Amino acid sequence: MKRTIMLGVMSALLFATFGFLPPAEGYQPGDRAMPFKYRNKQGQLVALRDNVSAKGYIIVFTCNTCPVAQAYEQRVLDLDKQFASKGFPVIAINPNDSGRSWGDSYEDMKERAIEKKYTFPYLVDANQELARTYGARHTPTVYVVQRQGNSFIVRFTGAIDNNMEDGSQATKKYVQDAVNALLENKPVAIPTTKAIGCSIKWKNG
Amino acid sequence: MRKLFFVYLMAAFSSVLAQVPVGKEPLAADTLAAASPESTPVLKVKWGALDSLMSSSTDTTYIINFWATWCRPCVAELPHFEQVRQDYARHKVRVLLVSMDFAKDIEDRVIPFVDRMKLKSTVWLLNEPDANSWIEQVDTSWSGALPATLIINSARPRRMFFEKALDYETLARELSYFIEY
Repeated sequence: MKRTIMLGVMSALLFATFGFLPPAEGYQPGDRAMPFKYRNKQGQLVALRDNVSAKGYIIVFTCNTCPVAQAYEQRVLDLDKQFASKGFPVIAINPNDSGRSWGDSYEDMKERAIEKKYTFPYLVDANQELARTYGARHTPTVYVVQRQGNSFIVRFTGAIDNNMEDGSQATKKYVQDAVNALLENKPVAIPTTKAIGCSIKWKNG
Repeated sequence: MRKLFFVYLMAAFSSVLAQVPVGKEPLAADTLAAASPESTPVLKVKWGALDSLMSSSTDTTYIINFWATWCRPCVAELPHFEQVRQDYARHKVRVLLVSMDFAKDIEDRVIPFVDRMKLKSTVWLLNEPDANSWIEQVDTSWSGALPATLIINSARPRRMFFEKALDYETLARELSYFIEY
Protein backbone atom coordinates (compact mmCIF):
# COMPACT_ATOMS: atom_id res chain seq x y z
CA MET A 1 0.00 0.00 0.00
CA LYS A 2 2.74 2.35 1.03
CA ARG A 3 4.64 1.34 -2.08
CA THR A 4 1.69 2.35 -4.24
CA ILE A 5 1.71 5.79 -2.68
CA MET A 6 5.45 6.08 -3.14
CA LEU A 7 5.11 5.32 -6.83
CA GLY A 8 2.14 7.60 -7.12
CA VAL A 9 1.58 10.43 -9.48
CA MET A 10 4.62 12.60 -9.84
CA SER A 11 3.42 14.69 -12.71
CA ALA A 12 3.56 18.33 -11.90
CA LEU A 13 3.67 21.70 -13.51
CA LEU A 14 6.91 23.49 -14.12
CA PHE A 15 7.71 26.98 -13.03
CA ALA A 16 10.57 28.32 -15.01
CA THR A 17 12.53 31.32 -13.86
CA PHE A 18 11.74 34.13 -16.23
CA GLY A 19 14.22 36.68 -17.46
CA PHE A 20 16.93 34.10 -18.05
CA LEU A 21 18.34 34.77 -21.49
CA PRO A 22 18.17 31.61 -23.60
CA PRO A 23 21.20 30.90 -25.81
CA ALA A 24 20.49 30.87 -29.53
CA GLU A 25 21.55 27.29 -30.12
CA GLY A 26 20.62 25.76 -26.78
CA TYR A 27 22.91 24.74 -23.98
CA GLN A 28 26.43 23.54 -24.55
CA PRO A 29 28.54 21.89 -21.87
CA GLY A 30 29.80 24.57 -19.50
CA ASP A 31 26.67 26.75 -19.73
CA ARG A 32 24.75 27.64 -16.59
CA ALA A 33 21.34 26.00 -16.79
CA MET A 34 18.19 27.98 -16.19
CA PRO A 35 16.89 27.04 -12.75
CA PHE A 36 13.27 25.98 -12.45
CA LYS A 37 10.76 25.02 -9.84
CA TYR A 38 8.11 22.36 -9.98
CA ARG A 39 5.21 21.27 -7.87
CA ASN A 40 5.87 17.87 -6.35
CA LYS A 41 3.23 15.26 -5.66
CA GLN A 42 2.68 16.67 -2.18
CA GLY A 43 1.77 19.93 -3.84
CA GLN A 44 4.87 21.78 -2.68
CA LEU A 45 6.77 24.06 -4.99
CA VAL A 46 10.39 22.86 -5.04
CA ALA A 47 13.47 24.22 -6.74
CA LEU A 48 16.34 22.16 -8.12
CA ARG A 49 18.67 23.57 -5.49
CA ASP A 50 16.30 22.65 -2.63
CA ASN A 51 17.30 19.01 -2.82
CA VAL A 52 20.49 19.30 -0.76
CA SER A 53 21.56 15.74 -1.49
CA ALA A 54 21.52 16.38 -5.24
CA LYS A 55 24.99 16.82 -6.74
CA GLY A 56 23.21 17.33 -10.01
CA TYR A 57 20.38 16.02 -12.12
CA ILE A 58 19.81 13.88 -15.16
CA ILE A 59 17.21 16.00 -16.96
CA VAL A 60 15.43 14.05 -19.69
CA PHE A 61 13.15 15.73 -22.22
CA THR A 62 10.86 12.88 -23.13
CA CYS A 63 7.23 12.10 -23.82
CA ASN A 64 4.60 9.37 -23.89
CA THR A 65 4.21 9.10 -27.62
CA CYS A 66 7.60 8.94 -29.33
CA PRO A 67 8.74 5.38 -30.13
CA VAL A 68 12.36 6.36 -29.52
CA ALA A 69 11.42 7.76 -26.10
CA GLN A 70 9.49 4.57 -25.40
CA ALA A 71 12.49 2.48 -26.43
CA TYR A 72 14.59 4.43 -23.93
CA GLU A 73 12.00 4.51 -21.11
CA GLN A 74 13.37 1.52 -19.21
CA ARG A 75 16.89 2.89 -19.61
CA VAL A 76 15.75 6.16 -18.01
CA LEU A 77 14.24 4.21 -15.10
CA ASP A 78 17.53 2.31 -14.80
CA LEU A 79 19.51 5.56 -14.72
CA ASP A 80 17.39 6.85 -11.84
CA LYS A 81 17.80 3.55 -10.02
CA GLN A 82 21.55 3.64 -10.56
CA PHE A 83 22.23 7.30 -9.81
CA ALA A 84 19.48 8.82 -7.62
CA SER A 85 21.07 7.45 -4.47
CA LYS A 86 24.46 8.71 -5.62
CA GLY A 87 23.16 12.26 -5.94
CA PHE A 88 22.12 12.42 -9.60
CA PRO A 89 18.37 11.76 -9.74
CA VAL A 90 16.37 11.85 -12.97
CA ILE A 91 13.88 14.59 -13.74
CA ALA A 92 11.72 13.86 -16.79
CA ILE A 93 10.09 16.71 -18.67
CA ASN A 94 7.46 16.41 -21.39
CA PRO A 95 7.73 19.44 -23.71
CA ASN A 96 5.09 18.44 -26.28
CA ASP A 97 2.05 20.64 -26.79
CA SER A 98 -0.73 18.23 -25.81
CA GLY A 99 -3.04 20.02 -28.22
CA ARG A 100 -0.81 18.88 -31.08
CA SER A 101 0.39 15.60 -29.66
CA TRP A 102 -2.42 13.19 -28.92
CA GLY A 103 -1.41 11.06 -25.94
CA ASP A 104 0.78 13.64 -24.21
CA SER A 105 -1.83 15.29 -22.01
CA TYR A 106 -1.36 15.72 -18.29
CA GLU A 107 -3.80 12.85 -17.71
CA ASP A 108 -1.94 10.61 -20.16
CA MET A 109 1.33 11.44 -18.43
CA LYS A 110 -0.07 10.58 -15.01
CA GLU A 111 -1.36 7.30 -16.37
CA ARG A 112 2.02 6.39 -17.89
CA ALA A 113 3.97 7.40 -14.77
CA ILE A 114 1.80 5.10 -12.66
CA GLU A 115 1.70 2.24 -15.13
CA LYS A 116 5.47 2.22 -15.68
CA LYS A 117 6.19 2.96 -12.01
CA TYR A 118 8.21 6.12 -12.59
CA THR A 119 10.47 6.75 -9.63
CA PHE A 120 11.17 10.34 -10.70
CA PRO A 121 9.13 13.49 -11.37
CA TYR A 122 7.51 13.66 -14.81
CA LEU A 123 6.86 17.31 -15.48
CA VAL A 124 4.78 19.28 -17.96
CA ASP A 125 6.70 22.02 -19.76
CA ALA A 126 3.43 23.84 -20.34
CA ASN A 127 4.78 26.98 -22.01
CA GLN A 128 7.68 25.03 -23.57
CA GLU A 129 10.09 27.63 -22.23
CA LEU A 130 12.36 25.05 -20.67
CA ALA A 131 12.75 23.00 -23.85
CA ARG A 132 13.41 26.17 -25.85
CA THR A 133 15.93 27.49 -23.37
CA TYR A 134 17.79 24.21 -22.99
CA GLY A 135 17.68 23.77 -26.75
CA ALA A 136 15.97 20.39 -26.87
CA ARG A 137 14.62 19.78 -30.35
CA HIS A 138 13.48 16.20 -30.08
CA THR A 139 12.55 13.56 -27.56
CA PRO A 140 14.40 11.96 -25.93
CA THR A 141 17.21 14.43 -25.19
CA VAL A 142 19.26 14.38 -21.99
CA TYR A 143 21.02 17.19 -20.11
CA VAL A 144 23.24 16.23 -17.20
CA VAL A 145 23.71 19.21 -14.90
CA GLN A 146 26.11 19.48 -11.98
CA ARG A 147 25.61 21.60 -8.90
CA GLN A 148 27.95 24.53 -8.36
CA GLY A 149 26.74 26.31 -5.24
CA ASN A 150 23.16 27.23 -6.00
CA SER A 151 23.66 27.01 -9.76
CA PHE A 152 23.66 24.05 -12.08
CA ILE A 153 26.21 23.74 -14.87
CA VAL A 154 25.50 21.71 -18.01
CA ARG A 155 28.06 18.91 -18.30
CA PHE A 156 26.51 16.70 -20.95
CA THR A 157 23.88 16.99 -23.68
CA GLY A 158 22.46 14.38 -25.99
CA ALA A 159 21.74 10.68 -26.13
CA ILE A 160 21.62 8.06 -23.41
CA ASP A 161 23.67 5.52 -25.35
CA ASN A 162 24.69 4.58 -28.87
CA ASN A 163 21.98 2.09 -29.72
CA MET A 164 18.48 3.48 -29.80
CA GLU A 165 16.97 0.18 -30.85
CA ASP A 166 18.47 -2.11 -28.26
CA GLY A 167 20.21 -0.89 -25.12
CA SER A 168 21.82 -4.26 -24.51
CA GLN A 169 23.73 -3.80 -27.78
CA ALA A 170 24.98 -0.33 -26.87
CA THR A 171 28.76 -0.10 -26.75
CA LYS A 172 28.83 3.46 -25.41
CA LYS A 173 26.66 4.50 -22.47
CA TYR A 174 27.04 8.25 -22.74
CA VAL A 175 24.94 9.39 -19.77
CA GLN A 176 26.14 6.67 -17.43
CA ASP A 177 29.77 7.45 -18.32
CA ALA A 178 29.19 11.19 -17.91
CA VAL A 179 27.63 10.88 -14.46
CA ASN A 180 30.27 8.41 -13.31
CA ALA A 181 32.97 10.85 -14.40
CA LEU A 182 31.30 13.70 -12.49
CA LEU A 183 31.02 11.51 -9.39
CA GLU A 184 34.77 10.96 -9.60
CA ASN A 185 35.43 14.67 -10.21
CA LYS A 186 36.72 13.92 -13.68
CA PRO A 187 35.88 15.73 -16.89
CA VAL A 188 33.19 14.17 -19.06
CA ALA A 189 34.97 12.42 -21.94
CA ILE A 190 32.11 12.72 -24.45
CA PRO A 191 30.15 15.84 -23.45
CA THR A 192 27.83 16.10 -26.49
CA THR A 193 26.17 13.49 -28.64
CA LYS A 194 23.38 13.45 -31.17
CA ALA A 195 20.56 10.98 -31.70
CA ILE A 196 17.48 10.46 -33.81
CA GLY A 197 14.24 11.43 -32.11
CA CYS A 198 10.75 12.80 -32.56
CA SER A 199 10.65 16.53 -33.14
CA ILE A 200 9.07 18.36 -30.22
CA LYS A 201 5.49 19.34 -31.03
CA TRP A 202 5.70 23.11 -30.60
CA LYS A 203 2.69 25.31 -30.06
CA ASN A 204 1.69 27.09 -33.29
CA GLY A 205 4.63 25.36 -34.90
CA MET B 1 14.53 9.54 -78.37
CA ARG B 2 13.28 11.09 -75.16
CA LYS B 3 12.13 7.70 -74.03
CA LEU B 4 15.58 6.31 -74.70
CA PHE B 5 17.13 9.08 -72.67
CA PHE B 6 14.76 8.32 -69.83
CA VAL B 7 15.68 4.65 -69.97
CA TYR B 8 19.32 5.69 -69.89
CA LEU B 9 18.71 7.84 -66.85
CA MET B 10 16.91 5.07 -65.08
CA ALA B 11 19.74 2.71 -65.88
CA ALA B 12 22.27 5.24 -64.62
CA PHE B 13 20.36 5.62 -61.39
CA SER B 14 20.02 1.87 -60.90
CA SER B 15 23.72 1.45 -61.44
CA VAL B 16 24.41 4.08 -58.79
CA LEU B 17 22.20 2.13 -56.42
CA ALA B 18 23.82 -1.13 -57.37
CA GLN B 19 27.35 0.14 -56.89
CA VAL B 20 27.01 1.58 -53.44
CA PRO B 21 29.03 -0.30 -50.89
CA VAL B 22 26.91 -1.38 -48.01
CA GLY B 23 29.33 -2.58 -45.40
CA LYS B 24 28.34 -5.69 -43.51
CA GLU B 25 24.70 -5.55 -44.52
CA PRO B 26 24.09 -6.96 -48.02
CA LEU B 27 21.57 -5.23 -50.26
CA ALA B 28 18.34 -7.08 -49.75
CA ALA B 29 16.71 -6.12 -53.06
CA ASP B 30 17.04 -9.43 -54.83
CA THR B 31 16.03 -11.44 -51.82
CA LEU B 32 12.98 -9.31 -51.26
CA ALA B 33 11.98 -9.32 -54.90
CA ALA B 34 12.28 -13.08 -55.03
CA ALA B 35 10.29 -13.58 -51.86
CA SER B 36 7.46 -11.30 -52.86
CA PRO B 37 7.52 -9.82 -56.35
CA GLU B 38 4.48 -7.63 -55.64
CA SER B 39 5.90 -5.79 -52.67
CA THR B 40 8.02 -2.66 -52.90
CA PRO B 41 11.58 -3.50 -51.98
CA VAL B 42 12.86 -1.56 -49.01
CA LEU B 43 16.61 -1.81 -48.84
CA LYS B 44 18.26 -2.18 -45.48
CA VAL B 45 21.51 -0.25 -45.82
CA LYS B 46 24.49 0.89 -43.79
CA TRP B 47 25.90 4.40 -43.65
CA GLY B 48 28.36 3.74 -46.51
CA ALA B 49 25.48 3.47 -48.98
CA LEU B 50 24.16 6.91 -48.08
CA ASP B 51 27.62 8.39 -47.91
CA SER B 52 28.40 7.23 -51.47
CA LEU B 53 25.18 8.73 -52.77
CA MET B 54 25.89 12.03 -51.04
CA SER B 55 29.30 12.24 -52.70
CA SER B 56 28.17 10.99 -56.11
CA SER B 57 29.78 12.84 -59.04
CA THR B 58 26.96 12.13 -61.51
CA ASP B 59 25.42 15.63 -61.45
CA THR B 60 22.26 14.16 -59.99
CA THR B 61 20.28 16.09 -57.41
CA TYR B 62 19.23 13.84 -54.57
CA ILE B 63 16.38 14.74 -52.28
CA ILE B 64 17.14 12.65 -49.21
CA ASN B 65 14.28 12.65 -46.74
CA PHE B 66 14.77 11.20 -43.27
CA TRP B 67 11.48 9.85 -41.94
CA ALA B 68 9.86 7.05 -39.97
CA THR B 69 6.49 5.34 -40.09
CA TRP B 70 5.87 6.48 -36.52
CA CYS B 71 6.63 10.14 -37.21
CA ARG B 72 3.36 11.89 -38.01
CA PRO B 73 4.76 15.07 -39.59
CA CYS B 74 6.98 12.82 -41.74
CA VAL B 75 4.06 10.75 -42.97
CA ALA B 76 2.10 13.93 -43.67
CA GLU B 77 4.81 15.35 -45.96
CA LEU B 78 5.50 12.12 -47.91
CA PRO B 79 2.92 12.90 -50.64
CA HIS B 80 4.85 16.09 -51.48
CA PHE B 81 8.01 14.08 -52.07
CA GLU B 82 6.09 11.61 -54.20
CA GLN B 83 4.67 14.48 -56.25
CA VAL B 84 8.13 15.97 -56.73
CA ARG B 85 9.48 12.60 -57.84
CA GLN B 86 6.74 12.45 -60.46
CA ASP B 87 6.95 16.06 -61.62
CA TYR B 88 10.74 16.11 -61.90
CA ALA B 89 11.13 12.68 -63.50
CA ARG B 90 12.61 14.24 -66.66
CA HIS B 91 15.27 16.06 -64.65
CA LYS B 92 18.18 14.46 -62.94
CA VAL B 93 16.35 14.64 -59.64
CA ARG B 94 15.98 11.58 -57.46
CA VAL B 95 13.96 11.18 -54.29
CA LEU B 96 15.30 8.86 -51.62
CA LEU B 97 13.24 8.18 -48.51
CA VAL B 98 15.50 7.03 -45.69
CA SER B 99 13.51 5.34 -42.93
CA MET B 100 14.70 5.62 -39.35
CA ASP B 101 12.42 2.81 -38.25
CA PHE B 102 13.99 0.06 -36.21
CA ALA B 103 15.53 -2.64 -38.42
CA LYS B 104 13.43 -5.28 -36.71
CA ASP B 105 10.29 -3.53 -37.99
CA ILE B 106 11.16 -3.67 -41.70
CA GLU B 107 8.95 -6.65 -42.59
CA ASP B 108 6.00 -6.02 -40.32
CA ARG B 109 5.87 -2.27 -40.43
CA VAL B 110 7.93 -0.48 -43.05
CA ILE B 111 7.24 -2.62 -46.14
CA PRO B 112 3.47 -2.82 -45.48
CA PHE B 113 3.44 0.96 -44.95
CA VAL B 114 5.29 1.60 -48.23
CA ASP B 115 2.84 -0.68 -50.03
CA ARG B 116 -0.20 0.91 -48.42
CA MET B 117 0.99 4.42 -49.25
CA LYS B 118 1.91 3.21 -52.77
CA LEU B 119 5.28 4.95 -52.46
CA LYS B 120 7.17 4.88 -55.74
CA SER B 121 10.28 6.64 -54.47
CA THR B 122 13.29 4.59 -53.48
CA VAL B 123 13.01 3.63 -49.81
CA TRP B 124 15.97 2.65 -47.69
CA LEU B 125 16.04 1.69 -44.06
CA LEU B 126 19.26 2.97 -42.54
CA ASN B 127 20.32 0.26 -40.14
CA GLU B 128 22.75 2.33 -38.09
CA PRO B 129 21.44 2.56 -34.51
CA ASP B 130 24.50 4.58 -33.43
CA ALA B 131 23.12 7.80 -34.87
CA ASN B 132 25.78 9.95 -33.22
CA SER B 133 28.31 8.45 -35.62
CA TRP B 134 26.61 9.79 -38.76
CA ILE B 135 24.09 12.60 -37.96
CA GLU B 136 26.71 15.34 -38.29
CA GLN B 137 27.87 13.93 -41.61
CA VAL B 138 24.39 14.51 -43.02
CA ASP B 139 24.49 18.08 -41.75
CA THR B 140 26.25 19.68 -38.81
CA SER B 141 23.12 21.67 -37.95
CA TRP B 142 20.93 18.58 -37.62
CA SER B 143 19.89 17.75 -34.05
CA GLY B 144 18.54 14.36 -35.09
CA ALA B 145 14.89 15.43 -34.99
CA LEU B 146 12.56 14.03 -37.65
CA PRO B 147 11.57 14.91 -40.27
CA ALA B 148 14.71 16.21 -41.93
CA THR B 149 15.60 16.64 -45.59
CA LEU B 150 18.88 17.09 -47.42
CA ILE B 151 18.89 18.26 -51.04
CA ILE B 152 22.33 17.61 -52.45
CA ASN B 153 24.20 17.63 -55.74
CA SER B 154 27.86 16.91 -55.09
CA ALA B 155 28.89 17.56 -58.69
CA ARG B 156 27.84 21.23 -58.58
CA PRO B 157 28.43 21.25 -55.54
CA ARG B 158 25.36 22.43 -53.72
CA ARG B 159 23.42 21.36 -50.64
CA MET B 160 20.46 22.54 -48.60
CA PHE B 161 19.33 21.05 -45.32
CA PHE B 162 16.02 21.37 -43.48
CA GLU B 163 15.15 20.13 -40.02
CA LYS B 164 11.42 20.59 -40.51
CA ALA B 165 8.50 19.35 -42.56
CA LEU B 166 8.45 20.65 -46.14
CA ASP B 167 5.60 21.35 -48.52
CA TYR B 168 5.57 21.01 -52.29
CA GLU B 169 6.14 24.72 -52.94
CA THR B 170 9.23 24.81 -50.75
CA LEU B 171 10.66 21.71 -52.39
CA ALA B 172 10.02 23.12 -55.88
CA ARG B 173 11.55 26.47 -54.97
CA GLU B 174 14.67 24.86 -53.51
CA LEU B 175 14.99 22.54 -56.50
CA SER B 176 15.06 25.54 -58.82
CA TYR B 177 18.53 26.29 -57.45
CA PHE B 178 19.73 22.82 -58.40
CA ILE B 179 18.40 22.22 -61.90
CA GLU B 180 18.50 23.90 -65.28
CA TYR B 181 15.29 24.27 -67.21
